[in-house]
Amino acid sequence: MSHSKDRPSYLAHHFSDPAQQSDSAKLGMWIFILTEILLFGGLFVAYSIFRAWNPDMFYNAHKFLDVKMGGINTVVLITSSVTMALSIRSMQLGRKKQTIGFLVATLLFAAVFLVIKYLEYSHKFHLGQLPGKFYTFTGVKGNNPHIFFSIYFVMTGLHGVHVIAGMTVIVMMLVRTMRNRFSSEYYTPLEMTGLYWHLVDLIWIYLFPLLYLIG
Amino acid sequence: MSSMPEKNYLTEKRGLKSWLLTLDHKRIGVMYLIGISISFALGGIFALLIRLELLNPGRDIVGAQTYNQLFTLHGAVMIFLFIIPGIPAALGNFVLPLMLGAKDVAFPRLNLASWYIYVFGALLAVVSIFTGSVDTGWTFYTPYSTQTSGAVVTMTLAAFILGFSSIFTGLNFIVTIHKLRAPGMTWFKMPLFVWSLYATAIIQVLATPVLGITLVLLILERVLGMGIFDPAMGGDPVLFQHFFWFYSHPAVYIMILPAMGIISELISTFSHKRIFGYRAIAFSSFGIAFISFLVWGHHMFTSGQSELASMIFSFLTFFVAIPSGIKVFNWLATLYKGSISLDTPMLYALSFLFLFAIGGLTGMFLATTATDIHLHDTYFVVAHFHYVMFGGTVIAFLGGLHFWWPKIWGRMYNENWAKISALLVFVGFNVTFISQFIMGIKGMPRRYYTYLDQYHRMHGFSTIGSWIMGLGFFIMVVYLVHSIYKGRPAGSNPWGSLTMEWETTSPPPTENFAGDMKLTHGPYDYDKIVPRTD
Amino acid sequence: MIESTMINRNSHHHIAPLWLYLAIGGALLVLTAVTITVSYIDLGGWNIVVALVIASIKGSLVAMFFMHLYYDKKIYTIVIVMGLLFLSIFISLTMFDTGRRGDIYEIKSEPIKPEADFYKELPPADSLDQTGHSEH
Ligand SMILES: [Cu+2]
Repeated sequence: MSHSKDRPSYLAHHFSDPAQQSDSAKLGMWIFILTEILLFGGLFVAYSIFRAWNPDMFYNAHKFLDVKMGGINTVVLITSSVTMALSIRSMQLGRKKQTIGFLVATLLFAAVFLVIKYLEYSHKFHLGQLPGKFYTFTGVKGNNPHIFFSIYFVMTGLHGVHVIAGMTVIVMMLVRTMRNRFSSEYYTPLEMTGLYWHLVDLIWIYLFPLLYLIG
Repeated sequence: MSSMPEKNYLTEKRGLKSWLLTLDHKRIGVMYLIGISISFALGGIFALLIRLELLNPGRDIVGAQTYNQLFTLHGAVMIFLFIIPGIPAALGNFVLPLMLGAKDVAFPRLNLASWYIYVFGALLAVVSIFTGSVDTGWTFYTPYSTQTSGAVVTMTLAAFILGFSSIFTGLNFIVTIHKLRAPGMTWFKMPLFVWSLYATAIIQVLATPVLGITLVLLILERVLGMGIFDPAMGGDPVLFQHFFWFYSHPAVYIMILPAMGIISELISTFSHKRIFGYRAIAFSSFGIAFISFLVWGHHMFTSGQSELASMIFSFLTFFVAIPSGIKVFNWLATLYKGSISLDTPMLYALSFLFLFAIGGLTGMFLATTATDIHLHDTYFVVAHFHYVMFGGTVIAFLGGLHFWWPKIWGRMYNENWAKISALLVFVGFNVTFISQFIMGIKGMPRRYYTYLDQYHRMHGFSTIGSWIMGLGFFIMVVYLVHSIYKGRPAGSNPWGSLTMEWETTSPPPTENFAGDMKLTHGPYDYDKIVPRTD
Repeated sequence: MIESTMINRNSHHHIAPLWLYLAIGGALLVLTAVTITVSYIDLGGWNIVVALVIASIKGSLVAMFFMHLYYDKKIYTIVIVMGLLFLSIFISLTMFDTGRRGDIYEIKSEPIKPEADFYKELPPADSLDQTGHSEH
């Protein structure tokens, strides 16, 4: 409060300079990413154990996942990561219009991802490949294939929830960018959104081979 | 006699709204203090009812089903609503930035959000009581938890939500400690309470997400019949225990580590002596935090877990004794030849040493697979757990509360009543739980509604102990609340302590300190300077 | 316009060149194609290893360049490595149990229930549904 003259408007009162503020945000964000990794980690533990117990069932069941659709979704998500990174780069260079363009592109790719996911889900619902006790499909050889689909739906479902959350945050960033809240000097929230979106991509990078490409 | 500062964080803004929308870590700390106090009272009433029911075999006041719900609620409320947020979110929130010479925590908004999440989770837990309640025990073991009727989903959801509150507090503290230390406050100039909060925060962010996914899977298991924890569906109930204890063993260190930090502050301050082995105490917190992630299987020796895994987990569990022993050794060495003053906080610190030693050593019995087969699921486990969690954490929390109370409210409580109350709590606690050790060794199983006649006398002792403790807490509530309004002004440094929070007024101003802080002396330089007492 | 690594003078943020982002994106797509192709070759137990190695290379590229770990302070990398370390503890100690039940005492360990009850109520699997899309 005492030295408000040389303090930029985005600097909160309890920080002494912008670098301290943005470093704090970044460290906080990375710790948040750490918690996300452990949240998904539990599912990877369940996956590992049941796959180790029932390797043949996992192999047989995974054939019912569509590699083409999963592959396209991988490409879509990687591309959206590139556009997200570029939107931040544009803001670093002070090019607001480019930033907006790249953010919109990221949103579009995210939407495509969700649409494809929806098509995959509805196909499985149709066949009765539902999680747990709702499972009615008889075409998979091996012990308790409903467990594979339970794990598949929880993993991709939780990931899908993260995609939707990411899209929400990106929309918020889009609005803030349009309202000139960011500049080449201050774009920390945009940067944090980027980190989050890359995390969503990162998780999918592991989910895709583990679920769709069991060799 | 000193007087209260005109302008402080309590008086600067007034009205309920100024509290509910505050971003000030001190006010959020006080709001947490109120929340956990209500939870503690609630959990305590459940405990008194349990003890009353167990006074005689068979029915005394409630039926078996209600009894099952009571011990579940006692456990769930005490663990998730009181003891996990207790020290970090209430006392830590208030003291941490003051100890670092900072103006606030790194993310004040997140701090407030974590309080609202806490309240929301607490309300949801209360809702579950009135919508069928839960009788699974606080551990929610499958397959019982997926089959029993009652509000398991609501209670689980509440614990899930409370997890976020804990994660946000931990995240906030780590960043605050990294980025907001005052100039001159190097890592090894930080008070040991800060070190312990740091180690605690690391466990909070590493372990709590696993609790989150565990509870999500449990809810899905109940709703969708996922099958991964249900043996009838080809799942593995022991897997649930792995998931649960991967969080919940480290979680007991979320509860005990900050307590140990408080004890370090109390022992140094009231011995008026430099803490012995500063670095050893600081690093042993991290040792405990790390080992805590390697030992969870010691809860599962009788579960059908691989015997080989049990042996490894048993072996690793013994390692916890090393850093814990280092701490106790250093505290005793600090007391040695100190000029000890026996103010109320110090009485709590000394009871901690006594009770925690018993709690810790009986843990070794349970970590040994051969003795654990006999003691598992008996009152011995219950007594061990309470010696660590109550004798350790709650006693240290009370010590810290009495230590920082004058800083929080600017007023002093009645020292005589405080000592009487501390004595009653100490005596009552030992009467309650030593009898449970004895019953446990004789084979009294935990969570049973009734018992054989041979345990009648010991159950009687235990129940009388709970009344003594209850009286102690009742007195405490009276003199503490009284002191807020009528206590004499405490002055900025009533105990003559050297950590930074005592350099500002009591209560502190909204901005914490009059100007920007700079470290002028270490937190334990009692051999170099005589602290100002006023 | 000069598209090379440069430092924004005002805020000292690192700005990576455009070509770098495009190159990393390209590499990720190529690696995706590789991992799909390899999955159709029968390598026995090595399939999962290869898949995880490729995924980890892709993940590291994302973390290092898109998420700037390569340029940023080391502490952020430490945070993430900690997470992976504790996750691997979780996986390995849990699997140490689930994979080794009955190792000491000769209690035969087997799946708890090879077939859940509800399968008996499903129609018989005589007309094996051939809706699987990928042929391995
Ligand atoms: Cu434990």
